[in-house]
Amino acid sequence: MKKRILWTVLLAAAGTMAASAETINAAGATFPAPIYQKWFENFHKAHPDIQINYQAIGSGGGIRQLIEGTVDFGASDMPMTDDQLSKVTRYKVLHFPTVLGGIVPTYNVPGAASLNFSGATLAGIYLGNIKKWNDPALKKDNPSANLPNEDITVVHRSDGSGTSFVFSDYLAKVSPEWKSKVGVNASVNWPVGLGGKGNEGVAGLVKQTPFSIGYVELIYAVQNKMEYGSLKNAAGNFVKADFNTVSDAAAGAAQDMPADFRVSINNAPGKNAYPISTFTWLLIPDKIADATKKKSIIDFLQFMLTTGQADAQGLSYAPLPKSIVAKEQKQLALIK
Amino acid sequence: MATAAVTAPPQSRPRKSVAFWRDGDQITHLVTLLFAASVFLVTVLLVFELWLHSGPSRAKFGFSFLTGKTWDPVAEQFGALPFIYGTVLTSFLALLISVPLGVGAAIFLAELAPPRLSNVCTFLVELLAAVPSVILGLLAIFTLVPMMRQYIEPFLKHTLGALPLFQGPAYGVGYLTAGLILAIMTFPFIISISREALLTVPREQREAALALGATKWESTWQVVVPYDRLGIIGSIFLALARALGETMAVTMVIGNDTGIHTSLLSPGYTIAAIIANEFTEATGDVYLSALVELGLVLFALTMVLNAAAQLLIVATTGKGSKQP
Repeated sequence: MKKRILWTVLLAAAGTMAASAETINAAGATFPAPIYQKWFENFHKAHPDIQINYQAIGSGGGIRQLIEGTVDFGASDMPMTDDQLSKVTRYKVLHFPTVLGGIVPTYNVPGAASLNFSGATLAGIYLGNIKKWNDPALKKDNPSANLPNEDITVVHRSDGSGTSFVFSDYLAKVSPEWKSKVGVNASVNWPVGLGGKGNEGVAGLVKQTPFSIGYVELIYAVQNKMEYGSLKNAAGNFVKADFNTVSDAAAGAAQDMPADFRVSINNAPGKNAYPISTFTWLLIPDKIADATKKKSIIDFLQFMLTTGQADAQGLSYAPLPKSIVAKEQKQLALIK
Repeated sequence: MATAAVTAPPQSRPRKSVAFWRDGDQITHLVTLLFAASVFLVTVLLVFELWLHSGPSRAKFGFSFLTGKTWDPVAEQFGALPFIYGTVLTSFLALLISVPLGVGAAIFLAELAPPRLSNVCTFLVELLAAVPSVILGLLAIFTLVPMMRQYIEPFLKHTLGALPLFQGPAYGVGYLTAGLILAIMTFPFIISISREALLTVPREQREAALALGATKWESTWQVVVPYDRLGIIGSIFLALARALGETMAVTMVIGNDTGIHTSLLSPGYTIAAIIANEFTEATGDVYLSALVELGLVLFALTMVLNAAAQLLIVATTGKGSKQP
């Protein structure tokens, strides 16, 4: 009896191994992981012989594994730096934007409903220069709001994350002081504030601490029905983040999109562009020796740029503007 | 653990008989030796790997890594002091609370409580010890932190605010809250192991003390507890090890601030917490190796604290309480 069970198990294992003729391994960013999983699943349904395994280990981890060559492709919320690209010698890495996300300021100020922030004010708060909610800078952004004379408790992410990377990149763009004092990275030396782990950690701290401010991903705020503020964009309008304004930011940045797609679309031009928006990228080698693998990956990218984009909004991501999709389809030819 | 060493003295009976292999002793000896060696091997491998991968950071910062107060991934300036401070402080706070609580409870359960109550309590304690730390961390975020912010910290500031230990705004998160959650996590260990150890004390010891006219309290405190000192200390070591290395629950309630603060109400950071927070997104060789070196520091810290505790025991052991 025992033996029979053993054989059944062994045969079943062999069966599953035979069924997945082509296994592709990928690793990287956590922020787009839900939609990637859905895409890989749908793609597998359409192409039962191709199985893509995705490990959501974080953008930095994805880049590291790609450099070490332990995955077939990577995924990241931040474009690879020149330094990182120079470490990959066997091939060049192509950046393929997949979807867009936004980052929103969330706060807990009893009595104040919807608040506006200009970039300089937000940077001032996170630098510790603006300490009170009734600071003149905040009053100027919100002339009609009832702002209390209370200390601001600043909350930031404690874990290294693409979200912090994009947020600090935005602050560096709108504040020279932030750029020189703190800089841009997945984790930085925060001048003030409490660290919360993950979106849920930041949201939890903000929710519980009166007179606090934090930042979370747009999809997290939408899914949890959180209140969040509007930001002043490069055109001088206060814009509230949603899928349209985030897509507008990408469209605004599309005109001077560099050929390799390594671009920050923070503070993008455009009347309705939401200023803290970002692409998230797949990092694809431009030389793939294995012909079947190459075809599978190109097929997947084609699927992601066309059918896949329709899944974006259902999962609260902003889809790519058409102009970007067209440019990426041209880049597909570079995979040799 | 420690009790095993107490109750089972090594019983080596070398037999030079012809029936070498028929006698299981030799084989057992060899196999168990191999198992024991694996502990040593894993430790050595661990230190070796940590040493190897922390190379770039050791080369760049040298010993200043231990005294540096800045942690700046952008400028690639790394110093471990805030994390060492936070780790030691929170573990100390945890033991300060959990040792009296745990040992006291163990004495009650082993010596004084009626058997039925003792059994129920022991079951609950073991259940508590098995709660995953992330659950405790979440519970802490939603119950302990608001409680600290609204009631306990304002109270401490009101009464003891003159001391530098209890100053600054009450965020609810910080060293004290982290110490409290660590105390909650470690005291089931102390109770469980200490109780087991106390139960191994021979009945004669108690009876002898009682026969000499000692009260129940005197017999417990002056005879039973000293007799089982090693078991209790072993439980405290385990608790310390858990407190030093605890990650999830701590990072959720400590506030994750890379400064060094005197006030227990301030947010801080621990070694395990920053490794967990930043490792996945660490890019750049120096950054990554600085995090690995923090792991090495944690390892060394654990050894130093354990050694210090051992020395403390040796130094404070009176001649009257020697282990038989």
